[in-house]
Amino acid sequence: MRTASPAVSVPVMRSSRPVGARIGSGLLYVVLIAGAVLQILPLVWLLLFSLKNNQEVFNLPPFALPSHPKWENYENVWQQGNIGRYFMNSVLITVVAVVLTILLASFVTFAITRMRWKLSSLVLGLFMVGMMIPVHSTLIPLFILFQKVGLTDNQLSIILSYTAFNLPITIMILLGFYYALPREVEEAAIMDGCSVNRMFFRIVMPMTLSVIATAAIINMIYNWNEFIFVNTFISSDNLKTLTVGVQNFVGQYTTDWGAIGATLMISILPILVIFLVLSNRIVEGIAAGSVKG
Amino acid sequence: MDKVMSNKKIIALYVLPSLLLIMAIIYIPIVLTGYYGLMKWDGVSSMSFIGMENYASLMKDDAFWNSVYHSFLFAVLSTVSLAVYMIVALILAGNIKGAGLLRKIYLIPMLLSSVAIAQLWLKIYHPTNGILNSFLVSLGVEDPPAWLSDPKLVLYALFIPILWQYAGFYILIYYAALKNIPASLIEAARIDGANPWQIALRIKLPLVSEVVKVTIVLAVVGSLKYFDLIYVMTDGGPNGASEVMASYMYQKAFRGFDFGYGSAIGFFLLIICMVATWAIRKATASKDTIQYS
Repeated sequence: MRTASPAVSVPVMRSSRPVGARIGSGLLYVVLIAGAVLQILPLVWLLLFSLKNNQEVFNLPPFALPSHPKWENYENVWQQGNIGRYFMNSVLITVVAVVLTILLASFVTFAITRMRWKLSSLVLGLFMVGMMIPVHSTLIPLFILFQKVGLTDNQLSIILSYTAFNLPITIMILLGFYYALPREVEEAAIMDGCSVNRMFFRIVMPMTLSVIATAAIINMIYNWNEFIFVNTFISSDNLKTLTVGVQNFVGQYTTDWGAIGATLMISILPILVIFLVLSNRIVEGIAAGSVKG
Repeated sequence: MDKVMSNKKIIALYVLPSLLLIMAIIYIPIVLTGYYGLMKWDGVSSMSFIGMENYASLMKDDAFWNSVYHSFLFAVLSTVSLAVYMIVALILAGNIKGAGLLRKIYLIPMLLSSVAIAQLWLKIYHPTNGILNSFLVSLGVEDPPAWLSDPKLVLYALFIPILWQYAGFYILIYYAALKNIPASLIEAARIDGANPWQIALRIKLPLVSEVVKVTIVLAVVGSLKYFDLIYVMTDGGPNGASEVMASYMYQKAFRGFDFGYGSAIGFFLLIICMVATWAIRKATASKDTIQYS
């Protein structure tokens, strides 16, 4: 577009540029949209085969609709397996761990940003370094440790592990917000004779609700999807979470595509629904949780 | 005010529970990992001290070095792919229509558990009914590869779902960083006659270099400790062709009941992750911190 001869007058160049720009941006769009299609296509295919029987999976083209959707695949896996149980375990563990993490992280962040004490930067450093430690390097000693105190095959071991490993990132997300928070209100409250505890719960926590929501979502996604701790520490089927339960359950159905598809759909639907509702906050949370490092 | 905010009892109350938790779940276990590495131990009978024997046999263990090589290959591939994510983010951040929706779509796989992703991709790679080989056959390929059971292909086949999972995450981080650049800088460059390429290379990239460093650390360390997806999809197979450090550790400790040897691998993994983080920070330490303000 720019190869027009030097003699071409300026107005002509101006009018020819948008054409080139339009072709260029048109191509960009095609690439970007192709990327988006590739990201979703496997999930669409999953939804389709979760509604088929094996005969349809083997004989129809991959993206063909089944003659009538086999919703019974979902009913069957829900009734036969322990899926409902796994689901409730995941909800319980995720919620308890998220609440505990947010509360503890808020305490620590408050003490580090507001209180005056000598070791505060050292303690903050300990939390931040914790973020770099690979979970796998702690796995064997943790397994032994939980065995010694009788916490293997107990969901408490999972909740404590999630809380400990999520504290660093949660504190990091909260820190930036706390630093930016005006202190006048807190100072006034103290002047008026308000106790630190009362101020923390009545004034500071309510003011940080928006960042708490962001941190809670990040925590929730991590906990919901976690695999190795549950796989290692929990042996009773009744105590397993959806992630690990699905893995075992799918193993038994290696040949029944519809059942596998339905199980996987059930395990990812809660996250997809939450994403549809809260996508802006999730996007913001993931950006906040990483960029500020 | 000062007196209230340096109340030792309150500080202890706010900080100690979290501190004890990360000590018990993160720091004590990593010390114990190194210690258990000095033991011969099946996890049941009593330990016996064997000094550096585990570490010495680790150095001579070809299967281990193979897994280290695979982990590093993933780290290199992940780092290289960051360049592609940056290009996508640069395009998205250039005020194009639908950027918000696109980056949300890219992010969806990242929200799913590695187990669900692994199970889905097991189906995608299924030799006869998988979507990939169905597609290849419809294109006229007569003998499509058995992706996950071919030792030459398996690592690359495993890398594709990893890309699929994390692409949106890195694009989102870069997008957020690029959007943080003050518009006045870009405008000034444009007025000075810089073209979009120059603006991207000379102005935008240097300004987000801190974020790029963080993502390189994330990509490398994340790859070095990669586990869930490989454990579910191939379990290190066929015949060790896709074994990585964490899966080798898991196999030795929890299948072979050689907790001493497993701990030695876990400790090595920790050291490698720490050294890699330090080395990347060192290598990318900015000789010229750029400040446009």
